[in-house]
Amino acid sequence: MSASNTTTITSIGAPNRRNTELVMLLFAVAIPVFAYADAGLAKHGSVPAGLAEYGLGLGCIAGIAHLLVRKFAPYADPLMLPIATLLNGLGLVLIWRLDQEPSITTPQLGGPMAPKQLMWSALGVALFALVLVFLKDHRILQRYTYISMIVALALLISPIFFPAVYGARIWVTIPGVGSLQPGEFAKIVIAVFFAGYLMVKRDALALASRRFMGLYLPRGRDLGPILVIWALSLLILVFETDLGTSLLFFGLFVIMLYVATERTSWIVFGLLLSAGGAVMVGTTEAHVKVRVQEWLHPLALQDGGVTETAQSRYAFGSGGLFGSGLGEGYSRLIGGIAPKSDYILATVGEELGLAGVMAILLLYGLLIERGMRTALAARDPFGKLLAVGLSGGFALQVFVVAGGVTGLIPLTGMTMPFLAQGGSSVIANWALVALLLRISDTARRPAPSPAPSPDAEATQVVRSQ
Amino acid sequence: MNKPLRRVAVFCGLLVLALLVRVNYVQYVEAGQLSSDPHNRRVAINQFAQPRGDIIVDGKAVTGHTTTTGSDFKYKQTFTDGPMWAPVTGYASQAYSTSMLEGVEDKFLTGDDDRLFFNRTVDLLTGKQKQGGNVVTTLNAKAQAAAYNGLGKKKGAVVALDPRTGAILAMASTPSYDPGSFAGNSLTDEKNWNALQAKNDPDDPTLNRALRQTYPPGSTFKLVTAAAALQDGKVSDVNAATNSPDPYILPGTTTPLNNEGDIPCKNATLTTALKYSCNTVFGKLGADVGLDAMNKEAALFGFNKEQFVPVRSAASNFDTKMSPDQVAQSSIGQFDTTATPLQMAMVASAIANDGKLMQPYEVDKLVAPNLSTIAQTSPKEMSQPLSEENAKKLQSMMEAVVNSPGGTGGNAKISGVTVGGKTGTAQHGLNNKGLPYAWFVSYAKTDQGSPVAVAVVVEDASANRGDISGGGFAAPIAKSVMEAVLDK
Repeated sequence: MSASNTTTITSIGAPNRRNTELVMLLFAVAIPVFAYADAGLAKHGSVPAGLAEYGLGLGCIAGIAHLLVRKFAPYADPLMLPIATLLNGLGLVLIWRLDQEPSITTPQLGGPMAPKQLMWSALGVALFALVLVFLKDHRILQRYTYISMIVALALLISPIFFPAVYGARIWVTIPGVGSLQPGEFAKIVIAVFFAGYLMVKRDALALASRRFMGLYLPRGRDLGPILVIWALSLLILVFETDLGTSLLFFGLFVIMLYVATERTSWIVFGLLLSAGGAVMVGTTEAHVKVRVQEWLHPLALQDGGVTETAQSRYAFGSGGLFGSGLGEGYSRLIGGIAPKSDYILATVGEELGLAGVMAILLLYGLLIERGMRTALAARDPFGKLLAVGLSGGFALQVFVVAGGVTGLIPLTGMTMPFLAQGGSSVIANWALVALLLRISDTARRPAPSPAPSPDAEATQVVRSQ
Repeated sequence: MNKPLRRVAVFCGLLVLALLVRVNYVQYVEAGQLSSDPHNRRVAINQFAQPRGDIIVDGKAVTGHTTTTGSDFKYKQTFTDGPMWAPVTGYASQAYSTSMLEGVEDKFLTGDDDRLFFNRTVDLLTGKQKQGGNVVTTLNAKAQAAAYNGLGKKKGAVVALDPRTGAILAMASTPSYDPGSFAGNSLTDEKNWNALQAKNDPDDPTLNRALRQTYPPGSTFKLVTAAAALQDGKVSDVNAATNSPDPYILPGTTTPLNNEGDIPCKNATLTTALKYSCNTVFGKLGADVGLDAMNKEAALFGFNKEQFVPVRSAASNFDTKMSPDQVAQSSIGQFDTTATPLQMAMVASAIANDGKLMQPYEVDKLVAPNLSTIAQTSPKEMSQPLSEENAKKLQSMMEAVVNSPGGTGGNAKISGVTVGGKTGTAQHGLNNKGLPYAWFVSYAKTDQGSPVAVAVVVEDASANRGDISGGGFAAPIAKSVMEAVLDK
């Protein structure tokens, strides 16, 4: 490392912060439990019957995760697990609260979702545990660079063979299990591939270039991969009409390329290519066109009725500063299953108000920045790239979903991590957090104390800032 | 690798910041516009989230509420004697919005009015449910019943005013509808609503004929013509013979204007002419007074302007550009002249109130849920179409219509009370093929001035054409309304 100290802790006597994590976890469990009681009181006038089970369930999930971290990743960042638990717990409360609306909990729409979501959360924590227990060192993943590529491609392409749901072809239906969104898992696997690939190719990409008009133009053969990924993400978009995923992968790749090569020119290329792609697809693809129209005219009526976009905007508008209170809003007007999945942030906006939405966004922001900090602290380039890839992808996903729901950018079909209903999303994001914790544990682990020198002369330690 | 990493971290921070700015914009800047958007169902849900306030007549509520299940809306309005009060209350339907007083005073009834801010704050602090205010009307329940029952199955409308204040005492319109029949949003409500729409029911029951329908006023408009002649100085002695031919040839044409039946109209005095309702005398009088003076007088009575009582009424019409022959026809209430029943009640009440026209109103006061008065309507003078002296002359003419033998308004006579009136039979339709409208306007007078003026119109009453006349159909209704007010 360079002269500036980039590790977050010194190598001597580092506190592992596990007790801090435990205290914060208590809050992360208590807040959703209170929220659950509040929603029940508002909706039925009584504390929900399942409060104890729910509290215990969430407590167990958090407790087991905490013990595992204590045992297998003792130096990991103390903030990530509580934030993930809190977001997951609040998501469960919101889904349970929306389950209480008969109009959106019909059998045709799949009935109540909260129990399933709780089960998926438990499975997510199980995967979290598996990652922590069996992945002793994240650098092992380097070995699977090309296998990751194949897996990621397979995951991305698989939905093409299944029918489109709600206009987007992003689901894989497995009989007996339900539908999965492979894109959520592909996000992690592809980050592993990029990190491994770029670690090897970074010098070639960074140095073998010509200077042209102040920009470093990479050689054609080095430009190849980025063009391939760009084309691939466009293809995903066209065949699966999945604007969000293609944006996510492309953004992920550009960020990781930029970090690996330290060349601003990659950002410029990335922006130019994505702008070109967006304009092309935005003008030709009907599904995307509709989204753009709804973005430009959110309150316009369609077929004489109010669109989902408008309904979610109304929900935000009625929230005000503190919201109507859990269970006292009308997010059901959004209709279908949307309030539990795509538009769950609108329910937050209506029932918890501006304060609630800002709190949630700040939680996401904190989680992202802790991931970035992990990347900064990581000592190996693979770990750095993987951490920045995972947290950068997470950040893009949060931005694309929240920006879409609030009307900052056109809406794309992605899930709000941890908050929204959806098994793949919850499981994948728990695995993502586990990977980040693993990297951060390695990064923050104190260096082994030097072996005692045989010529035992005291050495003066000079520390530079 | 750390320099680009820091930049990426800052970039991600900016993404989150952009989201924070955006939600602030949506939930703070746009919130007002979004939460009042007419397509936002929350607006309607909020409207029925708590019991609405009541509309009160004679100390008793004519509206109420009941809770409903199975929809977004918690409370539903109920209506006591719905069809009778419908022209006053209007409807407040979960599915079909609001009208009349329920519509005009909607914010007050739901409790959202700014004037209830203090009450709302107190309720908020004491944890009470938000409550709507009550609207206390000026209506007289007995007069309303007399008007509504008097009209019965016939199509028509009645408006009664207190000439001294302008307070509306009765406002009936038939055929009517029950606003309670579609107050909810069930399929039955939808069916009932659809059945009432003009396209499905030619009688158009939801039309408020008292305020919103304009009719040719027929001979009742001769009161305005007489007032214009008196004010303009064309006539000063109402018992002096006029210079009127019979038939009267409309100026600039060869078309004769005839009288209905064999009545003594040639050179008749104004009193006689009004008593027998002479078209020739008043047609000529209107032409003599001229367009400008006629228009000025009509405007003083309230023509050509919508009235807000506070529910809006349609504007009555007296054309401002006409040739002399058209002025003559308009002056006997034909041609383009139209008037709402409210307008003709205003004409009668201005005459009865010695020339002063009071602003008509139907809301006496708005009271908060804790019964404190939030707003009180004080009677306001709208205009003075007649001098007191001329008003008294016109009163004597109208009283002659009712009292003297051969007068057309004999059916409105009430023993022991001075009653003045004027009949009207307005022809309409192409070549006057439609059944005529029967009009009667009148007032009653006691020692304390005139407590009531009434206008009655009956559309195509199901009787022989020849029998239809204001005196025959409309006057008895006016009489019973006046009796109800006088407590006879």
